[in-house]
Amino acid sequence: MAAGDQRLEMAMGRMLQIGVTIAAFVVLAGGVLSLVQAPHTLPDYQHFHGAPPTRMHVDSIMTEAFYRNGGAVIEFGILLLIATPICRVLFGLVGFALMRDRLYTAVSAVVFAILLFSFFSHR
Amino acid sequence: MNALGFSIEIAAISVLAGFLGALTGLGGGVVVVPVLCLLFKIDLHYAIGASLVSVIATSSGAAAMYVRDGLSNIRIGMFLEIATTLGALLGAYLVARVSTGAIGIVFGIVLLYSALASLHGSPAAPETPHPDSLAERLQFKGSYPVNGRQVDYAAERIPLGFGIMFLAGTLSGLLGIGSGAVKVLAMDQAMKLPFKVSTTTSNFMIGVTAAASAGVYLSRGYVLPGLAMPVMLGVLAGSLAGSRVLVHAQVRTLRWVFAVVILALGAEMIFSGVTGRL
Repeated sequence: MAAGDQRLEMAMGRMLQIGVTIAAFVVLAGGVLSLVQAPHTLPDYQHFHGAPPTRMHVDSIMTEAFYRNGGAVIEFGILLLIATPICRVLFGLVGFALMRDRLYTAVSAVVFAILLFSFFSHR
Repeated sequence: MNALGFSIEIAAISVLAGFLGALTGLGGGVVVVPVLCLLFKIDLHYAIGASLVSVIATSSGAAAMYVRDGLSNIRIGMFLEIATTLGALLGAYLVARVSTGAIGIVFGIVLLYSALASLHGSPAAPETPHPDSLAERLQFKGSYPVNGRQVDYAAERIPLGFGIMFLAGTLSGLLGIGSGAVKVLAMDQAMKLPFKVSTTTSNFMIGVTAAASAGVYLSRGYVLPGLAMPVMLGVLAGSLAGSRVLVHAQVRTLRWVFAVVILALGAEMIFSGVTGRL
């Protein structure tokens, strides 16, 4: 394997490690917060209720998380977690572009486009 | 039960699932979903939503460990991610259109297959590579260390591998799992890549594949924070511990025990799906 690939791989690994660590701590903090805020309410997980219309939209999560709503802090952590592999693809895109590997820059761009599509096609 | 007791119970069972998933090489998701559904009677949609989140966490957490060894192939991984992410979109789309019972049956079949595949173990020494023109053009080749020296490898039958990867992505999106067993099948059996390269590259791809269906899951309300929190943290902790143990321990007997547990879970999922109890 080429030295460039090895370096890119290391950078990706480091990035994933940092991303998942931050996300895990945010989720943990949100969990503690929500258990302190509402220790006795247990939602009904046994029946599917469909999507609450305003939840899980990035801006509403940010606002609620800012007001230290425990559930919203967890959701914010989950968003950070999902962003981690997406950033990895972006890393690959830049890395292959720097190595002047046109084929794999295009491959990374296609994967990145599919990921963006999955996030913005359902709103 | 109150929220604290519930979170602790779910976290404890998730640690166990993550540990088991790492030891068998199946991943935490494939274990945690049936446990949540069958033991805790949690709705399948919420179980797969929480599982998918934990899958992203474990894949990213483990990748840091694997890339140090230089075993995964980022080019092969990136290219095949086109197939798995497209499959994941299809799978996530299907969740809302297929009955819960049918999803349970598919889940059970994947569990049975995964349990049997985990017992199969790593195959014998790699043969000399026969790269075709497509493998040359896509640079589907590399070298990896065997007993201290670098051995070359190259991919064969890339279109077949690509097709199986699409299936792996679809199962990942439909079931909220990493579907590592099917990804390994595509690389190891179809494309004749070395087993170690297949497993580590598969892990490398799992996070991105799961992220592709996560967008759909979020907008459909499958991911509930109160459930996803203990599942994600538990599975992550359990699988990190499991992969540490895996390095030190001789786990042949353990694998058999776990495979039997997973076969039982698979049979129960199929039974529950057929009788409409999911």
